[in-house]
Amino acid sequence: MTDGLHTPADLYRRMRLIRGFEELALRLVKSGEIVGGIHPYIGEEAVAVGVCAALADHDLITSTHRGHGHVLAKGSDPSRMLAELAGRETGLNRGRGGSMHAADVAVGILGANAIVGAAAPIAVGAAWAAQRSGSGKVVATFFGDGGLNQGVLLEALNLAALWQLPVLFVCENNGYATTMPTATGVAGNAVGRAEAFGIPAVTVDGMDVEVVRDAAVLAADRARRAEGPALIEAMTYRFGPHHTMEFRIRLSYRTQEEIDEWRRRDPLDIQGGRIAAGQRARLDAEIAEILAEAERFALASPRPDPAGALDYLYASGMVARGGVA
Amino acid sequence: MAELTYRQAIAAALAQEMARDERVVLLGEDVASGGVFKTTTGLRERFGPDRVWNTPISEQAIAGAAMGAAMAGLRPVAEIMFSDFYATCWDQVANEIPKVRYMTGGQLSMPLVLRGANGSGGLGFGSQHGQSVENWAMCVPGIKIASPATPAEAFGLLAAAIRDNDPVIVFEHKALYSRKEQCPDDEHVIPLGRAAVVRPGRDCTLVALSITVGICLAAADELATHGIEAEVIDLRTLVPLDAAAVLASVARTSRLVVVEENPGQLGWGASIAAIAAQEAFYDLTAPVIRISGGNVPLPVAASLEAEVDVSVPRVVAGVRALLGQLRQSTG
Repeated sequence: MTDGLHTPADLYRRMRLIRGFEELALRLVKSGEIVGGIHPYIGEEAVAVGVCAALADHDLITSTHRGHGHVLAKGSDPSRMLAELAGRETGLNRGRGGSMHAADVAVGILGANAIVGAAAPIAVGAAWAAQRSGSGKVVATFFGDGGLNQGVLLEALNLAALWQLPVLFVCENNGYATTMPTATGVAGNAVGRAEAFGIPAVTVDGMDVEVVRDAAVLAADRARRAEGPALIEAMTYRFGPHHTMEFRIRLSYRTQEEIDEWRRRDPLDIQGGRIAAGQRARLDAEIAEILAEAERFALASPRPDPAGALDYLYASGMVARGGVA
Repeated sequence: MAELTYRQAIAAALAQEMARDERVVLLGEDVASGGVFKTTTGLRERFGPDRVWNTPISEQAIAGAAMGAAMAGLRPVAEIMFSDFYATCWDQVANEIPKVRYMTGGQLSMPLVLRGANGSGGLGFGSQHGQSVENWAMCVPGIKIASPATPAEAFGLLAAAIRDNDPVIVFEHKALYSRKEQCPDDEHVIPLGRAAVVRPGRDCTLVALSITVGICLAAADELATHGIEAEVIDLRTLVPLDAAAVLASVARTSRLVVVEENPGQLGWGASIAAIAAQEAFYDLTAPVIRISGGNVPLPVAASLEAEVDVSVPRVVAGVRALLGQLRQSTG
């Protein structure tokens, strides 16, 4: 899955992949094949794909608890991603990470991170290494509007600005930190916080993948020219729950009217409208086939051998058994 | 042989490893100016600003950036000035750095070192600059822990930590920074996980780490005047733990006293005692005794600090009570 993200059709196709993947994952959560639930990315696809369209293969990303879209947008194999969600040995992380921790170093994914805001300094450190090596790599770090209120993000913004590091801070503002509306949780706004550190920032329509892509291209180009970090706030919306647990506990924090209104600006339809209907149908069919294969692959894959439960902790191969490391 | 202070040994080990491997970089508060404990003296001048990164007071960003740099191919050494400050970056220390390798199924390793000043030692630094917090780190699978007792160990353990492909916290002891000792001139690396018997004895095993090694050696001298020959083991590292060295000593002495500076509540001595109870039960002729820092925030007043710190008299009294010479609680 290292196809490029160049044409309008490429962008649509990758968003379609993410949408379909999430629908499949939701089905497997309901059937019990995926335990622990997921944070579905449905509705936010344009952000991940738009940003990753501005990145080169060797560029790096960090992701969030709602990270499936980022991982697929950057180019991970959906079969191995799904196997990871289903806790299989063939998963990206050999079943040790799961939905919130997918990493795929081969395609520049340093890992999803389940602690809100925590990936930001990791991206800064990776960007420091990139700057030192002169590799020209940029690092995009995704976080939500909820992440704006974590002190660690502010520490990371400061360091990135001080050192003019090639970091692209991507705030996916989906309107809610779990159930708390952004307006009641964020004093000021994302752009203002970045600008306080002298970091250029822009708010864009996060439902339009080409708009996101264009903003990310500008920011990534700046970073490659060693002109330092930038922040993009992409206004988006999750069509589904914060987490699949919501299906059972029925949280009530937004209206159906609000959801319907955002659904009228479905990013797949916005981008789908830019390609011919026949082509769109062909891409949809292609993706359906890829996902059918992903499902077959994941469910046929072995679960990790329990004897390996303590493996991979230490590079030295040290294994803690009997209570002693 | 060169005579080095503990702090000079740390700077020398850093210089040795930075010269040896250009992936080794430093970051932390005030490291460019040599550090508030003068453990990074001369490194910025010698290796330049892109390898010695002076950071603002942002422990989360320091630890997090070290982690990201390690993911991207560097081998960072991050200074956390006082180990009490690990609490401010506990997400990175407990939740991020030690879990990456496991959670990614071995895709990413974390060859980084977190190091800084730990412990009390009677300096009057109080509750938020004077704690001994090895026990915090010991609760987290995935971190290795070293804590040197001497300048030569400070050099050799730090060099080993930097070369290790796993994350290592090196707890330096702030009361030992000015201690001097002859250190080997040649490349000096002490493997992690190998304890040292620093004084042989037949009557009792004293297990110590960092500052309590010197305390136990002084106590052993005094105990000798009472006819008690104590064996002192310097653990050097808590993870990996050289349990075999402890068990072998207990097999010789049949008595075990664990002397740790951190509070006794889930202190590392509890792990040693549990291992002995499980694996050396039939070698023991007396209960295992733990002598630890008090279960309170560290007080500043010298009279109070002395009361809660581990001390030579407390170790002597504990051992003499264990051997039936005194009727006394060991605290």
